[in-house]
Amino acid sequence: MPTPASIGLSREDLPNSYIGRSVPRPNLPKLVQGRATYTDDVVLPRMLHAAFLRSPHAHARILAIRTEAALAVPGVVRVFTGADLAKVCDPWVAVLDHLKGMKSAPQHPLPLERATWQGEAVVAVLADTRAAAEDGVAALEVDWDPLPAQTDMETALDAGTTVIHPELGDNLVFTRTATKGDVDAAFAAAHKVVEATFVTGRHTGVTLEPRSIIADYNRADGTLTVHQATQAPHMMQTVYAKHLRMEEGQVRVICKDVGGSFGIKVHVYPDEVAVAAMARILGRPVKFIADRFESFASDIHARDHRIKARMAVEADGTIIGFDVDDLTGIGPYSVYPRTSAMEGNQVVNLVGGPYDFAHYRCTTRVVLQNKAPTCQYRAVGHPIATAVTEGLVEMAARALGMDPIELRRRNMIRDDAYPFTSPPGMRFEGLSHHASLDKLLEMVPVARIRADQAEQRKKGVYRGLGFAAFIELTNPSPFMYGIGGARISAQDGCTVRMDPDGSVVASSGVTEQGQGTEAILAQIVAHGVGVPVERVKIITGDTLNTPYGGGTWACRGAGIGGEAALQSALALKAQILEVAGAMLQAPPESLDIVMGHITDRATGAERMTLHELGRIVYFRGDTLPRDLPRELVQTRHFITKEYPFAFTNGIQACWAEVDTDTGMVKLLEHWVVEDCGRVVNPLLVDEQVRGGVVQGLGGALYEHCVYDERGNLLTTTMADYLVPMSAEMPDIHVGHVETPTKESLLGAKGAGEAGTAGAPGALLNAINDALAPLGAQVLEQPFTPARILAALGRF
Amino acid sequence: MMITLTVNGERVTRHVEPRRHLIDFLRLDLGLTGSHAGCEHGVCGACTVRVDGEIVRGCLVLAASLDGAEVTTIEGLTDSGEVADLQEAFVARNAAQCGFCTPGMVMAAADILRHHADADRAAIREHLSGNYCRCTGYQAIVDAVAATLSERAIHTPADAGRGDRTQEAGR
Ligand code: FES
Ligand code: FES
Repeated sequence: MPTPASIGLSREDLPNSYIGRSVPRPNLPKLVQGRATYTDDVVLPRMLHAAFLRSPHAHARILAIRTEAALAVPGVVRVFTGADLAKVCDPWVAVLDHLKGMKSAPQHPLPLERATWQGEAVVAVLADTRAAAEDGVAALEVDWDPLPAQTDMETALDAGTTVIHPELGDNLVFTRTATKGDVDAAFAAAHKVVEATFVTGRHTGVTLEPRSIIADYNRADGTLTVHQATQAPHMMQTVYAKHLRMEEGQVRVICKDVGGSFGIKVHVYPDEVAVAAMARILGRPVKFIADRFESFASDIHARDHRIKARMAVEADGTIIGFDVDDLTGIGPYSVYPRTSAMEGNQVVNLVGGPYDFAHYRCTTRVVLQNKAPTCQYRAVGHPIATAVTEGLVEMAARALGMDPIELRRRNMIRDDAYPFTSPPGMRFEGLSHHASLDKLLEMVPVARIRADQAEQRKKGVYRGLGFAAFIELTNPSPFMYGIGGARISAQDGCTVRMDPDGSVVASSGVTEQGQGTEAILAQIVAHGVGVPVERVKIITGDTLNTPYGGGTWACRGAGIGGEAALQSALALKAQILEVAGAMLQAPPESLDIVMGHITDRATGAERMTLHELGRIVYFRGDTLPRDLPRELVQTRHFITKEYPFAFTNGIQACWAEVDTDTGMVKLLEHWVVEDCGRVVNPLLVDEQVRGGVVQGLGGALYEHCVYDERGNLLTTTMADYLVPMSAEMPDIHVGHVETPTKESLLGAKGAGEAGTAGAPGALLNAINDALAPLGAQVLEQPFTPARILAALGRF
Repeated sequence: MMITLTVNGERVTRHVEPRRHLIDFLRLDLGLTGSHAGCEHGVCGACTVRVDGEIVRGCLVLAASLDGAEVTTIEGLTDSGEVADLQEAFVARNAAQCGFCTPGMVMAAADILRHHADADRAAIREHLSGNYCRCTGYQAIVDAVAATLSERAIHTPADAGRGDRTQEAGR
């Protein structure tokens, strides 16, 4: 059995020891030279372009759709309504069996009778250009009967509120409470209780490449080929087959380059299913590329929560417990197939995460609204749980007059306490809160910052330092979706083969959307087989040519896909050595592969090249022993077994200045320590973390999908919806602690969500630390100038 | 209407509809798919290309207005080798993730190299602020541009012609 040491995971100096090294991404030259292939770059013969008429109302009955004028527009070929598509496409209901009591309504690609949010696609026009299709949309006439819109989550469950789907009885989709200990008694007896109501603003992913799809149904062979910017090609294959009444084997999903995902591109969008259904009906390719307005109105939104939370502490700072009530609005449907209940569910799972305490009560209620559907976006629920937990921790430190770092140190789960089961029932394999905090304090010059803070305050400049420790949940097992009945794979496979020239090709079920998946797979395979990394080619994003797998979400690229790659690479190495042993008349155990050469393990002497071995196996098999196994192809699949997730952890610090005249926040510096287990490529991990931090800071400072009370979306352009730009972002320092998971040989966990999970909480605390001498605090994200001025009583 | 222009050094004559934007003209009519449309309303910078020596947003310029113009896209910039060092720095520094913003970023960064050889990190951040990147967090991009500027400064005699002075951009 290989061990981490036996495969060189602790020997970074060896020539083909690639794991742990900052190898540049092999697919980057293509990206920087403009030679990538995104879905919109693909052009197929006879391709039509789709544009959608989207509901101008948050809630309205569709009385009549008149298409004659649209069909008369030059270039327009067909118009499809919900009823047309329902003939070939079955609706879906986005619930999971294990989320007890969850309910949602059936959803069609285009609605049959009612539009339930502003921006919902209602009618599709196909034309020979997108411009003509848009002209066609402009010529459509729809008679609407506007209905009352249910937009406020606080009143969603009140008697008399519009029930969005009357057949469901009410607007409650899901509720869950986790409890441990005796919260009421513990809080009654506590030395101090701090409490607050936190609000997190509804925001969205704004992938720079909008959602993109081309569906192509070929009547000659009965296959549907879908080119799509998606994170989960196999999942989409299943979805298209199931709802278009085809066999899974008749559907192929291809995703080449994908321009950002962040969770936005892991869901089933009705307009994309509509494109597949239209291609199925017409027997020709149909392309749909969302424009930015469509992205804002119809990409999933996230994080629309109101959280009432309190925390009880002893006089010495010991945390007694948390008592939390989370309310979240998810739009008119739960999103298929992951469901929109997961975000609230993760809040329940993760509040209080880093700390050891006895009493816990957390409830989430998930309710319907006439707004765009919300679902899972980078670090699902984590930034909410972290901001609430860490906001309360620093409030408690202020109430006790205690250093917030010291308060954390007293309460964090000990690094030697694992395995540890948290109050809501999460079983942690091994976390490193104390080591991470120590590492952070090596990086953050706290004394210097505190001195500067005091000095600046005298001049009326308000600066604050805030911390946020967090837990991140990665590499989900079948307990996340499989047990709920969703065909979302928790395992992933990798097939590795050696070709006659000694080069290696690996195909993997995980995908690349810019994380660098292909780079780390190449490193792992090169390391595992023993070849130069330049000799490895990676295939991802094609259901016909890769082993079945879940794709890339919840940071499973390295932890799941990477381990499958390592196991298949080691199996291939063993197979190559068996063949080499027969050729060289040597026991296979006495041989090794180093940088593409078969060597003698004891002396390091080179015995033959892989190139030569390939020549003989593929062209002169007659010279080999007759019964020698000679398959230079190996496949392995990997799934975690012991724990439902690979939990990671970390801590962030944010140093910010608040202008008390304008309410503007200036980010000065930001630090992150995270523990993603084995770091396969430090260069890529650091940039993942930085990107995640900026996305978290964006959500905390600027990003907000704003609706008016009638459900009209007010932020539909990039001029209204602000995202972080380079001039506003601070330098971000990244450090690591490595606690490899023992679930795998590689030991890697996920790294992509850590930045987003912790940044809003750290910023919340930084701002409130800055405002503390003025007796003000903000709890509602995004922390806009208006909200900060309001907190200061100046607005 | 009919327009004739030079794109990446090649003469091109095409019929264009008056409403055709440059970005669509490049991508759809010429198959130059390196430039991207991220917002189509002039905010994100993904469509940045060079027209007559200056960077512009391809989604805000009408192709019909470009009769006689000289247009350079990421493909042309790559082929000429003008920014080979910058592109290498992007790769070395992992200054791209999904790469969708990257051609526009490289066009904007090339403009810094041409006109603002003295730009410090803050000035680079300012200059790139019209180009959104949702993946990287920007720091690696700033690093790559700064590294290229300093490499070029080392290899360029101090008295050689410099572009405009950089605008002062404090934090
Ligand atoms: S596409 Fe032109 S600026 Fe965004
Ligand atoms: S690398 Fe994805 S948007 Fe910049």
